[in-house]
Formats: sequence, C-alpha cells, structure tokens
Amino acid sequence: MRIDTVGDATSHPDSAQPYAELGLKADEYESIRKILGRRPTSSELAMYSVMWSEHCSYKSSKVHLRQFGTKVPKNNSMLVGIGENAGVVDIGDGWAVTFKVESHNHPSYVEPYQGAATGIGGIVRDIISMGARPVAVMDALRFGDPENPDTRRVLTGIVSGIGGYGNCLGLPNIGGEIVFDPSYQGNPLVNALCVGTMKHEDIHLAKATGLGNAVILYGARTGGDGIGGVSVLASETFDADGPAKRPSVQVGDPFMEKLLIECTLEVLHAGLVEGIQDLGGAGISCATSELASNGEGGMHVWLDRVLLRDSTLSPEEILMSESQERMCAVVEPAKIAAFMAVCKKWDVEAVVIGEVNNSGRLTVEWHGEEIVNVPPRSVAHDGPVYERPYARPDWMDVRQASGPENLFRPSNAAEVRQTWLTMTGTPNLASKSWVTSQYDRYVMGNTILAQPEDSGMIRVDEETGLGVAVSTDCKARFAALDPYLGAQLAFAESYRNVAVTGAVPLAVTNCLNFGSPEDPAVMWQFEQAVTGLADACLEMGTPVTGGNVSFYNQTGEVAIHPTPVIGVLGVIQHVDRRTPMAWNEDGELIYLLGITRDELAGSEWAYAIHKHLGGMPPVLDLAAEKNLAEILVAGSRDGMLSAAHDVSDGGIAQTLAEMAMRSGTGARVSVQDGIDPFVWLWSESATRAVVVVNRNVEKHFVAMCEACKFPVTKIGVVDSNLSSETGAGGQSLVIDNVYGETISLGIDELRSISEETLPRLFG
Amino acid sequence: MTPRVGVITFPGSLDDKDAARAVRVAGGESVSLWHADADLHSVDAVVLPGGFSYGDYLRCGAIAKFAPVMAKLVDAANGGLPILGICNGFQVLTESLLLPGALTRNDHLHFICRDQKLRIENNTSAWTSEFEIGQDILIPLKNGEGGYVADEKTLDQLEGDGRVIARYLDVNPNGSRRDIAGITNERGNVVGIMPHPEHAVEELTGPTTDGLGFFTSLLSSLVNNGEVSA
Repeated sequence: MRIDTVGDATSHPDSAQPYAELGLKADEYESIRKILGRRPTSSELAMYSVMWSEHCSYKSSKVHLRQFGTKVPKNNSMLVGIGENAGVVDIGDGWAVTFKVESHNHPSYVEPYQGAATGIGGIVRDIISMGARPVAVMDALRFGDPENPDTRRVLTGIVSGIGGYGNCLGLPNIGGEIVFDPSYQGNPLVNALCVGTMKHEDIHLAKATGLGNAVILYGARTGGDGIGGVSVLASETFDADGPAKRPSVQVGDPFMEKLLIECTLEVLHAGLVEGIQDLGGAGISCATSELASNGEGGMHVWLDRVLLRDSTLSPEEILMSESQERMCAVVEPAKIAAFMAVCKKWDVEAVVIGEVNNSGRLTVEWHGEEIVNVPPRSVAHDGPVYERPYARPDWMDVRQASGPENLFRPSNAAEVRQTWLTMTGTPNLASKSWVTSQYDRYVMGNTILAQPEDSGMIRVDEETGLGVAVSTDCKARFAALDPYLGAQLAFAESYRNVAVTGAVPLAVTNCLNFGSPEDPAVMWQFEQAVTGLADACLEMGTPVTGGNVSFYNQTGEVAIHPTPVIGVLGVIQHVDRRTPMAWNEDGELIYLLGITRDELAGSEWAYAIHKHLGGMPPVLDLAAEKNLAEILVAGSRDGMLSAAHDVSDGGIAQTLAEMAMRSGTGARVSVQDGIDPFVWLWSESATRAVVVVNRNVEKHFVAMCEACKFPVTKIGVVDSNLSSETGAGGQSLVIDNVYGETISLGIDELRSISEETLPRLFG
Repeated sequence: MTPRVGVITFPGSLDDKDAARAVRVAGGESVSLWHADADLHSVDAVVLPGGFSYGDYLRCGAIAKFAPVMAKLVDAANGGLPILGICNGFQVLTESLLLPGALTRNDHLHFICRDQKLRIENNTSAWTSEFEIGQDILIPLKNGEGGYVADEKTLDQLEGDGRVIARYLDVNPNGSRRDIAGITNERGNVVGIMPHPEHAVEELTGPTTDGLGFFTSLLSSLVNNGEVSA
C-alpha cells in the first residue's frame, strides 16, 4: 500500500485528487491548498472533507444559528452554552443537567435498525463527554404514509433499533413523538434526545490542555464501518483484489457503550482526565482536531497505534472511520497508569495515540512517516461559511390562502360522535403503546412520568426529590404553513407540555430537520424557523443550549415539511408534586384554560379527514403562554391540580379522550356556549390545557386564574356512574350541548379503537 | 443487626442500583458485589439483578455463570443462602443449574415492558413468606427473552412440589409454559422471577409497591431464623 506523505505532497504538488467525490467543491479544495501552501495529502484531504461537510461544519446554517447566541435571554442558569458537546443548565442544589437532541435521519432510512441504534449511541456519548451520567432518552420520530409498505420496514426497524440499543444500555425511554405524514416517505426522521445529570464540579470540556499530556483513545476498536466518501480514497490506494466498498452505516454495540459510560464516569470522578471528547461523525479526525484547537493548539498523533478491528484499513480510513463506542481523553502522564487500570476493570481497551504540544499544528504520523500537518483550527472551526440565497417561495401565497373553511364539517350529534371515533383511531392520534411498550421505561428507578404523559420526568436527587421534565414537539404542518410561526408553536407546545406536569421551563434544545439548503425556498424556511425560535426564546427567557441541523431531507425535488423539533427542559423542586394527565376520583372538576378559536388550518382533523393542508396556523400569544405555564406550575406546587393535560393535536376532543382512557374513569363534559361544538372539539388553538381540580380548592384555583387574567371555564366533572350509550357496559365520557344533544363514548370503545391501529399496521 | 444483602454487578447489569434501593427501602443494608470478586463478603443473601450481562450476545446468562463470584454463589446456594434472580438474574440461575428450565425468546418476538399482574402461589420460600397464597400483585415486566420453558416432567414436578412462585394473570406476556413467572428450588432459598419487584417499591416510581414484599419477606425470614451474621 502506497502512503501519501507530506513530503509527497510537496514533491508531487500537482497529483490529481478526488476532492469532488469526497463532497468538496472546487473552491473549497482551493482553500485547503491555500491554508496548507501545498496540496493536501490524501489523509489531510480525508480529514477536511469530513470536517467541512454540512453535517460537521454547519456551513449553510451557521450564519442563521448565530441568532441563538445574540438573542440570549437574561438567565442565570446557563453553565455551558452553545458550541460544546452539549449545553449545561444549573437546576439548583449544586446539580446541573445537560441535554441534547441529534438527528440520525439518513442512516435510519438506509438501515433502520443500526441507524436508529447508533443515533442513541451517539447522543449518549455527547452527554457523557460533558461529565454527566445519562439518565434518560427520548426519541422524536417521523414516518411516511402508514399504509405504504416501506413504512413498515422503516418503522419496525427503527423501533427495534431504539429498543435493542437503549434497553441494553440501561437508560429509561421516557417519551418522544411518532408522527406520520407522506412528506417523510423517503426521508424518515430519527431525532434522539438524551438527558444527563451531574454535580457542578463534574462538568468537563473537550480541550487538549497541558503540554506533554497524553491523548488516549479508548472503547471499541476502530473498524471499517461508517466510512462514507473515503472509500473513494481507499479505492485509489488499495489493490484491485483488496477489500472494496465498505458499509457507510455504523454498527452499534450497546454493551460496549454501557461499559464506556461506567468507565468514563469512573475516570472523570477519579480526577484522571484533563479533557474529553466523544468520537461520532468524522471519528478521529474530529476528535483530534477539536481537542487540539480548543486547547494548547498542538497535538501529535501516532496513527499506527490505533487498535483496529480490521488490519487492512488505510490511514485515511482510520482517520475517517465512524466506528461506534469510542472516546478520546487527555490525561497527564502521571495518571496514565491509573486511567489504564480503570479501563482494565471495565474490560475496555485503551491506547495512547498522541501527545499535546505547543506546535500550533496537528501532526499525524504513520509508521514514522508524516501524513498530516495542518493548523487544527482550520479543520475543526474555520471551515467554509455559506450565505446561501433564500427567498419566500411564491407557492406560499396559494398555500396560505387555501384555508380549511370550506371543508365539510360535522353539524349534528351523530356526525360529531362518528368523527370522534374516526379521529381516535387515526395513526397520528392513536395509542403509541405498541411502540413504547418495546422500550424499558423503568430502569434506574427514577422515572416519575413517561409517555403517554405530556413530558417525561426524572427524579435527579432521591434525597430532596429534585427532578427534571423534558418534552419534544413539532407540528410540522404548522411550519409548512408558516415556518416562523410554526417553530414558535412547536416551542410553545413543548414549553406547555413541561409546565403541564408542574415543572418550570428552563432551557431549550432543537433538532432542525429541513430539505436541501441549496434550494432558496428551503433556506427561507430554515431562516424563518431559526428566527422564530430565537425570538420566542428571547421573549420567554429560556435560552437555547445547543442543537443540531439536518439538511438534505428530501427525495428528488421534494423536501420534507420543515420540521424544527424543539426540546424544552424544566425543573421541579419536588417530584411528588408532579401533575399526571389522568383524572382520578368522582366529583373532581374539569376546567379548560385558554380560548378556543376557529383554527383548523394544519390541524389533525383537516389532514386526517380531508388530507388538507392550507391556511394560516393558529395565532400565538407568547405572554399568554407564559401566563398559562405559571398557573400550571403554581397549581402543581400548591397541590391544587389533580391532573392536567395539554390541548394540541386533535383538540379538546383528543385531550378529553386521552385523559379518560388513561384514567379509566368516566366524566361528563359540556361544550362551551357561544362556539360551534365541532370547532370547540377539534380546533387546535394554542395556549390551552384541560385541568382537574378538587372541589375544596376550586374557589382558590379560579381566583388565581382570574388574578392572572387568564381565561378559565368549568367544562365538566369526573363521574364514574355514566353507563355507555351502546349498552356495552363500562364507563363513559359523556358530552352535553352537542348541537342540542348529548353524546356518549364508552371508554372501552375508545381504547379498543385507539389501541388497535398500530398493531394492525405494523404488528 | 441489619441484614446485609449483596447485589452482584456483572458487566452489563442494569438494575443493580434498583435492587440495592429495594433492599434499603425494605430496611436492609445493600452490599455491592463485583463479578470478579473472589468471595461474597459475608452477606446474608444475594440478589442477581436484571440487565444484559455481557450484552447477552450469547444465550442470556450463559457467560455470567463463568464469573469468578458465581462459583462461590453456587456453593452458598447449595448451603442455603437466600438468592433472588430477577430477569437476567433468573436467566443466570437457570444457566448455572440452580433452577431448572430455561428462558427463551418471547413468543411474539418483541421486547415488552408492561405493568404485569401476577398471582402469588407459594409463600414458603425465603423471598415470598409475607405474601398470601392467591394474592394478586402488579409489578413491571420488561424482557425480550422471558418465556419460561421446561420439559413436561419438570413442569409437573414444579407444580406438584408447590415450587411455582408466581403465575402471570390476565395476559401471558411472553409465552411462558403454564403462565409461570417465577420458581424456587426444592429448599426454597433460591428464587428466580422474570418480572421486576425492585421496580415496584415506591409509589412515585412504580405502578404499585407490591414488589416490596419480596424484600421484606427475605428480611423477616433472616431475622426469624437468626441467620443474620453478627
């Protein structure tokens, strides 16, 4: 095998290089030549090509993402901000929380099981590299048409992958989303979120400090998996009969990841580590260049020391391999032995591959020959930045003008009842328990709330009851109608879902899934969504702590709906005060908080019944949203609420059905006067929640809402003595004032419809 | 003296901290045992926790049985030390031949996590003495390979000797023969159960606190029998 050395690059300056096949543009290749003052070696070309990719460099999104750094609300809880592996938030009592969501969309379409599994693995390593113990995972999933046969392949593979990896890793899966829409047919979305907790003093950062310190690579061996474009280089340097194309989807080993978590936390807590970095996208190229450029500025790497699964790998492939379950640590020479002893205890292989120096260069040698000599910042941070053109597409006018006003609407009690039953069974509103029952939600013993509750909630401190709640949300159809407002509505829903459980919303993360940035219409959607989110976060006082961008989610010319998934994290002082979604006892009173308007554009009803998408999304008043959250949090803290549930997809009808199904106890509810019953039941107006209060605190609760000037309406009462209209026995949800009549829905009837859908489609 | 209950951590054990918490909630002292330990640190009982020991890439529990601590555990089990294997721990106990039968892939081929109703059928073992025969309990179940199988003769013998600890009620979640959720050995000191009593010891985190009975049963039987080491 011929190795392309720095000497070769100087002596043969004009050798043709396959930069285009590696995804680099001609001007990007020229920039590399300018930075180096010569052509890059094939190893350097490999490093630049992966680190300057859209995925690693954020070259199309950077100029817009800066808003998260400039529109920063006054908030004292940020300990570590954007730019590190994950942001860190102070939650009090010396505790800190880190959380982040990351996409693994493209691999999950190609190979659903491993794509989704390694998505979990990657985000978990981001969390441990901050020094935190991962304590929960969630996943926001988007699939194509549920009736399309390929959706079955994709969904069952992704769900098995998430379960297979997460269950074996021992992290409770506490929630997420499953949404179906044909726009995701060729581009399913797998956005994995992980939450980690630590004491303030345990926070660690990715930087290589301390001259003479050792760079240790530990965890799984490096193999040929996850090598994408580098096979182009490999094919140039390998003999014709050598290993050819390698799989570009990584393969996960959750057992190794579990060992890596325990081993990493032990070396961190023992004070053996100066800097730490996980290996994800771009593997060793990313870890060494980022560590070096964040630290003293220089590092030397002996690449031939890397432990390999496949001895035939070329140095270019080793640099770019995305083999999973690997970490890189910077360790003082005197502590190497202790570090290695911990690795040995956990049966984790480790080897010193490099040394920190003050050369200002990242140098890599391979069996004594220099194959890389670059300024590390030029690889890790000074990649290209694009001001991509963006423009509001003309078709937005048509889309926003064609609202749902003329769609056929139910207008009598029988039609309302039939609509209710139909909506309950649609894939987007139906029970997701067929999926979520394949995930362990109990492991670690600190799960306070898990799906189908509005947020997942984890107890952080067993002594004090301090806890955190997390929700992810995005109604992409709203973003398709108006990306600025759509992103804000996604944020507002997530914020509300956290507050509904009694937690105070504190910080925001995001996963921005869009089509091709080279399409000005898509870029406009992106710019609008980022601006909307940044503006909303500034107004609500919740900083964005980090996030992820996934572009090129499109098949041919057709992009997915813009899907800015927003995660909100909240803190609750005493988890025993959490508010669950199900009502409990006879006589509890049911109240609606908020105003219902005729807002059905982009709604689940318009999509499920009429396959319609048009009009303007619901209006959003952020001040009211904050007001509502304060009421919900106070109601939880003061023990006034026995249950609460957000009103969103499927409107009040769906909210009541979910509360009844979760509880098993019936209720009698009356449609508000002065509004069309159909609109009241299925409108998706923002900033609403259904809450349940005990009679003895009713006056106090209503007085509190009125003092906050927030609309509050009594709509019903929990009642276990309502028999089903169908005579099937069991309890019922009875709705009065439906076009002058009363309808009755058996809870068993609703449950069987809701729970039948997913097993029928995918079981 | 507070009874000392060991919880063994194998590489890949996941519910070890939960088991230790359950021991403490019940009033015992939990002692961490490591798979490579050469002895059992004079504990009064041992819990083999749930998880995926060694990744369960081979048959579940098949590698864990070779861990150094297991040789001591098998001797101690034969000497009457109370041992509870939960989920992966149950699989380790059958692989180690301390309990008969085997746990196989769920009949529906999916991992399943649900709140599972059980009926207690034995209250003479070291871990079930505080239950009533016929008592129904609700505790979490979560497994991919929880289908209990044994030959007909062994099943008949287990039933005849009253060694079925608990049976699944309403739903058989994994295809276990004769709805068996847990069994004990002849002496009644070794118990294996597929669902997770350690996840049902606190109102806030479990569906019930029904699981606590396994741990309080142990502690009271240790105290009553004067078996707590000084």
